[in-house]
Amino acid sequence: MRIICPFCGERELGEFTYLGDAKPVRPAADAGEDAVYDYVYLRDNIAGVMDENWYHGGGCRAWLKVTRNTLTHEISGVEAAAGAGARQVAK
Amino acid sequence: MKYSIFSLARAALSGHKNWQRTWRDAAPKDRYDVVIIGGGGHGLATAWFLASEFGMKNVAVLEKGWIGSGNAGRNTTIIRSNYGLPGNTGFYELSMKLWERMEQDLNYNAMVSQRGVLNLYHSDAQRDAYARRGNTMRINGIDAELLDQPALKKMLPFLNFDHARFPVQGGLLQRRGGTARHDAVAWGYAHAASELGVDIIQNCEVTGFVRDANGKVTGVETSRGRIGAGKVGMAVAGSSSRVADMAGLRLPIESHVLQAFVSEAIKPLIPGVMTFGAGHFYVSQSDKGGLVFGGDIDGYNSYAQRGNLPVMEDVCEGGMAIIPMIGRVRLLRQWGGIMDMSMDGSPIIDKTPVDGLYLNAGWCYGGFKATPGSGLVFAHLIARDESHKEAARFRLDRFRTGAVIDEKGQGAQPNLH
Repeated sequence: MRIICPFCGERELGEFTYLGDAKPVRPAADAGEDAVYDYVYLRDNIAGVMDENWYHGGGCRAWLKVTRNTLTHEISGVEAAAGAGARQVAK
Repeated sequence: MKYSIFSLARAALSGHKNWQRTWRDAAPKDRYDVVIIGGGGHGLATAWFLASEFGMKNVAVLEKGWIGSGNAGRNTTIIRSNYGLPGNTGFYELSMKLWERMEQDLNYNAMVSQRGVLNLYHSDAQRDAYARRGNTMRINGIDAELLDQPALKKMLPFLNFDHARFPVQGGLLQRRGGTARHDAVAWGYAHAASELGVDIIQNCEVTGFVRDANGKVTGVETSRGRIGAGKVGMAVAGSSSRVADMAGLRLPIESHVLQAFVSEAIKPLIPGVMTFGAGHFYVSQSDKGGLVFGGDIDGYNSYAQRGNLPVMEDVCEGGMAIIPMIGRVRLLRQWGGIMDMSMDGSPIIDKTPVDGLYLNAGWCYGGFKATPGSGLVFAHLIARDESHKEAARFRLDRFRTGAVIDEKGQGAQPNLH
């Protein structure tokens, strides 16, 4: 598996660190326990194409959103996702 | 059939042409009291315990492919019970005790070999942590010995004791730990369960759940037709989220790939199971002579049953750090299995919010050693509708209540457990 970083070009997997599914969004502070439980613990765990957050620590140190098929490891898209590691808070 | 020295001799004298089948390949009936989804070690063990301990013999095990074709056939065959947290300690020791009598219970040679599991330590702090873990084990009646460097030098003179960064200072040894023949575990449970009337149905993929008006599960839709069931148990490891999704459930689980490796066969070298304490590397030697080893999961979600090269390199570096001479051994095979990584690194054995549906999942990469214990406590849950006392903490709602069992203290990040 290689990831084509939009800033650095095609790089080997060892340069990247995986955070996980890009879909969960941190709930607002008053969202309640159910929303926090869902955000922290529950996952779709998709078998197929999913968007996920990767960190290019061995390169440009940018956060990336990688679209990847979990059944085949085929990567169909990579784009910059500044701040993804901080997990955006719902508005 | 009953296996014994006499049946072996009889078969040998007749040219091994008259062996009966180990278990019966059944066709699905219309209805069973219990249907277990997943014909791996856990599913087959559950069926056997249902039939032998709880008197439930109208049971089917449904397997998408062939039995033992998932993680039962993709692990590094290690058995041990050296866990440190309440919940895990008792459960894994229950499982260890069941390993010790499995072959007699099942009348099947699973090649259980208590050759010892040794965790190496490389610093004073790690020695203290291992001493604590050993004490936890001994307080709970589990064997553990803390070995210093001179003791290890006698036992394993080839270790890299003077490694500049990670010198081997000693180790925590559980002599009752060891290995078992992974396929034979699946076959043994299939053999014994089948003898008691359990139907083992292969090439039978579950495609949906049948629910009544109240939402209770009353059966499963499969690639071999609809099968009615009083209760349905899931033991599908890396596919847990996919099967649960058919019942509208989301689980605190991510599926990740774990690689394992085996070298070419060499003369007897490594007497038991050894682990590198400063990285992630564990190794044993199979009876055929190959070094069987593994390390970390790859770290990204995957259902592909194959991994990538960076982890392979990392695992081999771990091996080289403690046993430099294995650098001259060639790698023979490498494979990947799909792990149901839970959010605290510990398993889930519980009823689900769906009436009639029971969950056995979240084994991360520790499922093999749990096989007999998992079978017993899951059968207990299904038969009695209450948790076995050694599995009472493996609740599905512990993530909501905060009673998580996080051995490594990593938090809700599955790829770090």
